[in-house]
Amino acid sequence: MTGMKGRTAYINARLLDPTSGLDKKGALLTEGEKILDLGAKLFADGVPDGIESIDCSGHCLAPGLIDARTQLREPGDEHKETIRTAGLAAAAGGVTTMLCLPNTHPIIDEVALVELVKRRAHDAELVNIHPYAAITKGLAGEQITEMGLLAEAGAVAFTDSLAAVSNAMIFKRALDYASTFNLMLVQHPEDPDLANGGVMNEGEMATRLGLTGIPTAAETILLERDLRLLESTNARYHAAHLSTTDAIEAVRKAKARGLNITCETAPPYFALNETAVGDYRTFAKLSPPLRGETDREAVIEGLKDGTIDLIASDHAPHDQDSKRLPFIQAESGVIGLETLLPLTLELYHNGSLPLLRALEAVTSAPARIFRLSGGTLSKGGRADLVLFDLDKPWKIDVGRFRSKSKNSPFDERPVQGIVLRTVSAGRSIFVRGT
Amino acid sequence: MNKIGSNTFFPHKNLLGMEGLLADEISHLLDLSESYVEQNRQANKKRPLLQGRTVINLFFESSTRTRTSFELACKRLSADAINMSVSTSAIKKGETLLDTAMTLNAMHPDVLVVRHPHSGAVKLLAEKVTCSVINAGDGSHEHPTQALLDALTIRRRKKRLEGLRVAICGDVLHSRVARSNIHLLNTMGASVCVVAPVTLLPIGIERLGVEIFHNMAEGLKGCDIVMMLRLQRERMNGNFIPSLREYFHFFGLDAEKLANAKPDALIMHPGPMNRGVEIDSEVADDIARSAIHEQVEMGVAVRMACLETLISSVANEGEAS
Repeated sequence: MTGMKGRTAYINARLLDPTSGLDKKGALLTEGEKILDLGAKLFADGVPDGIESIDCSGHCLAPGLIDARTQLREPGDEHKETIRTAGLAAAAGGVTTMLCLPNTHPIIDEVALVELVKRRAHDAELVNIHPYAAITKGLAGEQITEMGLLAEAGAVAFTDSLAAVSNAMIFKRALDYASTFNLMLVQHPEDPDLANGGVMNEGEMATRLGLTGIPTAAETILLERDLRLLESTNARYHAAHLSTTDAIEAVRKAKARGLNITCETAPPYFALNETAVGDYRTFAKLSPPLRGETDREAVIEGLKDGTIDLIASDHAPHDQDSKRLPFIQAESGVIGLETLLPLTLELYHNGSLPLLRALEAVTSAPARIFRLSGGTLSKGGRADLVLFDLDKPWKIDVGRFRSKSKNSPFDERPVQGIVLRTVSAGRSIFVRGT
Repeated sequence: MNKIGSNTFFPHKNLLGMEGLLADEISHLLDLSESYVEQNRQANKKRPLLQGRTVINLFFESSTRTRTSFELACKRLSADAINMSVSTSAIKKGETLLDTAMTLNAMHPDVLVVRHPHSGAVKLLAEKVTCSVINAGDGSHEHPTQALLDALTIRRRKKRLEGLRVAICGDVLHSRVARSNIHLLNTMGASVCVVAPVTLLPIGIERLGVEIFHNMAEGLKGCDIVMMLRLQRERMNGNFIPSLREYFHFFGLDAEKLANAKPDALIMHPGPMNRGVEIDSEVADDIARSAIHEQVEMGVAVRMACLETLISSVANEGEAS
């Protein structure tokens, strides 16, 4: 372990930095929490004495992943996950920064609660954690929160988590108010009335299973409403986990018009489609629901042309009791911290995305959009790093996950690319055993 | 019959707003007001200028200082003043605004001073009656005598209006005081900015000739005048702001934020103040810098000038014809 002033050299690395487009063999030197130097020629003549040396054996050294959407379940639901277990899962997944949703118990809508999460995150001594705060008090969609004070306390952005702010006037006021302080609002784009009672994608599958569907229009309508509201404000707006062709097309057009909008998707929406819920597999029950194959392809298209800015894990831990239920009663959501990197790399291995673009979606893009330090390899920047074997084939084994909950639909999926080491602020917080 | 509005200096029958008034007309009212300031400080404050004249103060919205100020202005000029407020008027019995106006008009008042919660209501009434009308505040539209008394206060302290930098801070959206002040100050050559959260600024306010800020430190930089607006507590229900404490933290005037203005910047507030919401007591009560009580004093002088100007304008024309 390196001390505060300790220096560590990562040699024989394939340096990957989406921000600068760097993809070269070379070395990287950290001092304390910072990156001191990096480059192809660094330590070409060997590492001087007094510097700890880590041989990367030609593997990829990239910025640590920034996961823009996670649920950590602490405070309140520690039987599902804690800040510590999520931190361990993040470390194993190459994630060095997590943004966590405010839908805990209590809900993060007060300054003291933002401070609580930040303190516990700090005490866990693993990865960076930036809490979101609620847009409306109690996530009730009625009364805006003290966004200015919450942001001063450290709220990274604002979201009502799994629900959209459905009242257009209240959301417009929230956008306007947030723009006063240049704050970001993140919307779960789903019309609650159209989605009401639905448990999966509307269509033939739902009909065969006898389940109530959620139309794709639920996503399109709410998103397009928000886009209209954005026309008259300078607010920063980010749409969470897009899943449908039409919504992605709406964002594409809005960006072409110059609107201030960014959006994300999550691995299930490009790695799976609605057939995954066949046989009533509650582990594939999500919100928004897994959609049809053409929607899945549209998500990949959106990532290719940059309409979709970033990929977040949408980590949503649930214990067995919340998932081993009739489909209608089961909770929505899957865990994702430990599968974010291999599933994102799938897009590289199957030829959908260049490697640096795939990494950008989980590093520099979230850093830019949420205005975070990190997400890049740069001199003087935070030494948040992931070392991974790009080509290593393995099978996802949920049983070995650090996450307290095991609700993943990706168990036993063959993937390529595995995390070897994760470095947070210059300190190795995960090293894969040989 | 009296012809209307032929005073050379102020050729108007009514005073409904500051928008559209010329700099000379505003200066005339301010100059005349100035002459009443001294009179109001004498032991005998009464003059027989408007003896025999009748003024009706018709208030459809509660008011203490404006109504009292108009009533005193009438009495000091020896006019007969009658106060009607909504609680005692026939409006309560279902009479329409225009019927009330026509009823009062039939009693031959010289001036109706009207306050109404709805924008444009005073103008509607003024179109129906033959007497002069002074707008004592209509909805979120205008409050011209407030703008005049603010201007008089500034002019006496700073010796000018032209070239001054004025920050108007707070709930501009719902404020008739802000609108009247913006019109007056722009007409008189001052430079005006507004400082407020986006939710409390009306769309297109920059088209009225103001610069917009959402941060007090930036907005107050280099200001000669810091004009605070009252925040009505019910604004929280409409999601305009999340809480009073957040509002005070970011937009309440305290010594720290005031330090961004010029060292001799004047603090103003139309009242009634919410201490600890839009203004900290430390600055509100700062004798050297707060002009808040002076504003109230100037109010009486300004209203005397307005009453005299409108009545004499109509009367002179009447005698000449």
